[in-house]
Amino acid sequence: MSTLRVRPSTVLFAILAVGGVAFGTTCVEACLGPGRAAVRLARTARLAERLQLTDLCLFTEARYTRHASQADRHAAFQDHPAALEHFPSGSLMPPSGAANRASP
Amino acid sequence: MAGLERQRQLLDFALSSLARRPMKNLASLTVYTAVVFLLSSVMLMSHAIRREAAALLAGAPELVVQRLVAGRHDLIPTDRLATIRAVRGVAAAGGRLWGYLFDPAVAANYTFLVPPDRSIAAGTAIIGSSVAAVRGVGPGDVMSFRGYDGRPVAFTVTSTIAAESALVAADLFLVSEGDFRRLFGIPADRFTDIVVTIRNPREVRTVAEKIDAALPDARIILRDEMRRTYESVFDWREGMVLVLLVGAILAFAIFSWEKASGLSADERREIGILKAVGWETADVIGVKMLEGLVMSLTAFLAGYGLAFLHVFHFGARLFEPVLKGWSVLYPEFPLAPSVDEIQMASLFFFTVFPYTLATIVPIWRAAVVDPDMVMR
Repeated sequence: MSTLRVRPSTVLFAILAVGGVAFGTTCVEACLGPGRAAVRLARTARLAERLQLTDLCLFTEARYTRHASQADRHAAFQDHPAALEHFPSGSLMPPSGAANRASP
Repeated sequence: MAGLERQRQLLDFALSSLARRPMKNLASLTVYTAVVFLLSSVMLMSHAIRREAAALLAGAPELVVQRLVAGRHDLIPTDRLATIRAVRGVAAAGGRLWGYLFDPAVAANYTFLVPPDRSIAAGTAIIGSSVAAVRGVGPGDVMSFRGYDGRPVAFTVTSTIAAESALVAADLFLVSEGDFRRLFGIPADRFTDIVVTIRNPREVRTVAEKIDAALPDARIILRDEMRRTYESVFDWREGMVLVLLVGAILAFAIFSWEKASGLSADERREIGILKAVGWETADVIGVKMLEGLVMSLTAFLAGYGLAFLHVFHFGARLFEPVLKGWSVLYPEFPLAPSVDEIQMASLFFFTVFPYTLATIVPIWRAAVVDPDMVMR
């Protein structure tokens, strides 16, 4: 009696097919995602507009990372000019877009 | 058909060859997948946050005017409103009242804000979802804080802001103007800053220049700059992300170099035997390339798929310790799945191809030598 032997390439094709379907699903989800989130985003955007909010609430540990766009130029060096940055989020949040503008 | 079958036979051989060294190849695949996972997670998360920031800050104030004293943000006198309103091109100007309060009970920072429509009744507050979670309070509960003069100021929570808006409002504490001034001791003739609406959006910079000329101690922040601040968040050229990226790339380079720099004695003998039994050099290289392609493609699909699940379905849990830092309030915000096709293509190109190509050089070197020499 002979045993049925599965070829290694058949197993690989099956694995790649599963991976391909998963990859395709992420692509479909990425295409549909913005549409599905549109209502939530619109509601949040309206709230942000009504409250005149200027920043995202990503980091709450330091004022210059909580309201990065409103922080003054020396915010990260609040103790003295040579003070090292001591909040971890300071290394993830860059200075505001306005920080390096000369004027106005 | 015969050509296809031949390629399939080569693939079968390549897979059997990989299966002969299961532990070594499994370890390589795990490291490879981890590198792709890490890079993909950072890429997907930063892209999604930038996208949400652009949508959420589209309605941000066109201009914010701050007063600077000795290089620091200071309260702005209310009479500046009249000066700003007198500038040609300004449609409206209003004072904002906002600030921070450290709550020693839970060691968290809240953002206190007075809504522009002044719709909150005295003695009440609307709180963000993270504030409610960290303090364990809800509608009807009372929260009390120590005012600037030491006297307690109490707020009855009337409602909480929906958790779906946590990305902008997780730490908010909305209160009435009177309560805000009483809590922080801010006189009636001061605001935190001033928000300006411009008649013609194309004149924003001109109006900003005029305000700057009228108020020399002012600092003006444009909406564009607020948006730009978040366009560069988690940018690969900055801070921790750069460190992370350099670390991952170095690890990957060492890993690829190890693969490229030489073959094990077993692999050399295998190539020698194949050549001795009549395999062409091209076939030997083809088999080894297939091995590299199988490894890199599997690692890419697994790493990318896991990163997608991690960022969009598990709230990027692995990044939480880095993002949280020392803060107590950590907003849990859902991110809409979105992918930057160019970023994804770059990731595919830079992870799959170098590894596959790196395997060719040593194989080619071994495959062109006389089989007898290789087997010795």
